[in-house]
Amino acid sequence: MSTLFDTLCPMHARLGAHGHIVHAGPTLQRIHPEGDLRGRRFLELFEMRRPVKGHSMEALRAASGLPLRLRMRQPPGLALKGVLVALGPDSPVGPAGGALVNLSFAIALPEAVRAFDLTRADFAATDLAIEMLYLIEAKTMTMDALHKANMRLQGGKTEAEQKAFTDTLTGLGNRRLLERVATRLIAGERDFALLSLDLDFFKAVNYSLGHAAGDHVLRAAAQAMLEETRSDDTVLRFGGDEFVLILTGMTRRAEVDEFARRLIARLEAPIIHQGEACRISASIGAVLSRDRDAPDIDTMLAQADAALYAAKHRGRARHVLYDPANPPDMPARTKRDAKGDETGSRP
Amino acid sequence: MHGLVNRSVERFVRDTYGIEIWSQVARLLDPDIGAFDSMQACDASVTQHLLAVVENVLKRPLRAIEEDIGTYLVTHPHNASVRRLLRFGGDSFEEFMHSLDDLPDRAHLALPGLELPRLEVVACRGGVFTLAVTPVSPESEGFGAAFLGLLRAMADDYGTLATLDYKGQNAGRELIEVELLVQDHSEGRDFALGAESGR
Repeated sequence: MSTLFDTLCPMHARLGAHGHIVHAGPTLQRIHPEGDLRGRRFLELFEMRRPVKGHSMEALRAASGLPLRLRMRQPPGLALKGVLVALGPDSPVGPAGGALVNLSFAIALPEAVRAFDLTRADFAATDLAIEMLYLIEAKTMTMDALHKANMRLQGGKTEAEQKAFTDTLTGLGNRRLLERVATRLIAGERDFALLSLDLDFFKAVNYSLGHAAGDHVLRAAAQAMLEETRSDDTVLRFGGDEFVLILTGMTRRAEVDEFARRLIARLEAPIIHQGEACRISASIGAVLSRDRDAPDIDTMLAQADAALYAAKHRGRARHVLYDPANPPDMPARTKRDAKGDETGSRP
Repeated sequence: MHGLVNRSVERFVRDTYGIEIWSQVARLLDPDIGAFDSMQACDASVTQHLLAVVENVLKRPLRAIEEDIGTYLVTHPHNASVRRLLRFGGDSFEEFMHSLDDLPDRAHLALPGLELPRLEVVACRGGVFTLAVTPVSPESEGFGAAFLGLLRAMADDYGTLATLDYKGQNAGRELIEVELLVQDHSEGRDFALGAESGR
């Protein structure tokens, strides 16, 4: 009889009328390495958590056929599931007034297998324990592979986003970045100055010395603008020889004036390309967010362009700050009213 | 074919031949193929293209490369989890051989969308098994050589001395003959049901 039960349910126990273990299945015995379970009281080894109906043999027998939740009192205190059948007076299985109880590791299976180094032989051949262990490891492995695939995709996405907002020639931000930066500043109620800048004499350099020299001049000019600005300012290339600068925290007209003078002077320093000195300058139109009640970037850009237009009309190397009290004539069609990205377009 | 298969080919090339050789492969891949290594089913032609490029770069016969990939899946430390999943098949190599019938279903449980060919031991005389590898769709064709390498590595893993031979194709199936010589030839590698802690 015991051999039969040991094969079919290695986690079973037969209990006597007073709740003592008469026989323990091999796996139940195995997870109690402290010694022979026979003669020990079942409820001293396992705490009955549900259904809670006292700790007597009567209470145990009353739970006959119900799903049981138990906890091993020995470390690691595994939570187990079980089912119990109360034995009648002439049951062929065991002592009259006793019980047959079968246990399962349920969700604590991986922990039990590790804690007691269980093997395939510790489970009934029909037990799904091995399949469950297999699935847990398979799940871990697939989740890991999915996670890594996600990371690769995420990396690709970040790179693509960076490319989408970058002017490849100079490494500056491009036109698409303007809206992002401006939205962030306006939402944060931070004041800033918007400068629209055209390089003067750039086309002459391009025509006389070639595109390679032109590219070199654009990169050098970009570098100069980055050096003249602070780390929380933004320098963008809109394409060709057009640049836009956003200077955060700038509120005073004198400040803008001084900055524009300094930048133009810096850009007028000769740029050497293959032994040839390339000379350019710049015209600047500027506008202050402070001058508007509710700054919006499209209007500010149009006003900066109008100021730039006015600056160019006064000759090269000039700068004009847009004055809301005395606005310059808006050009009928500014260079920049065409929508879309002009990055990379050649003059 | 599942993107995981393509990913395994990539890992095999990188782990066995180095990142430089993989870069050569990557440069020759059809640029129209986007994420060939995503965790999704993708067309079998992508895997064929990838293997053809690898064959070209490594200058080795495709079958030998596929066999090496099978071995790599069991033996390389990066694939410890694959090897563990395979070892769930049985306590001995013989038991493992008989569990191969379940392998496609097991693989499918692990990763829905991963289609493997049907595997069955079609003959078993004494210590000689004949294993049939039968494709069930275009996605599960051409796994024979990879399984040969994988089984050879698994025999080693169990410490079993066995000879394995590719017996060619027969009525759409690829046949592999496995002769068990000594079941407990060597120690084999350890396997405990419980994964190491931290996993």
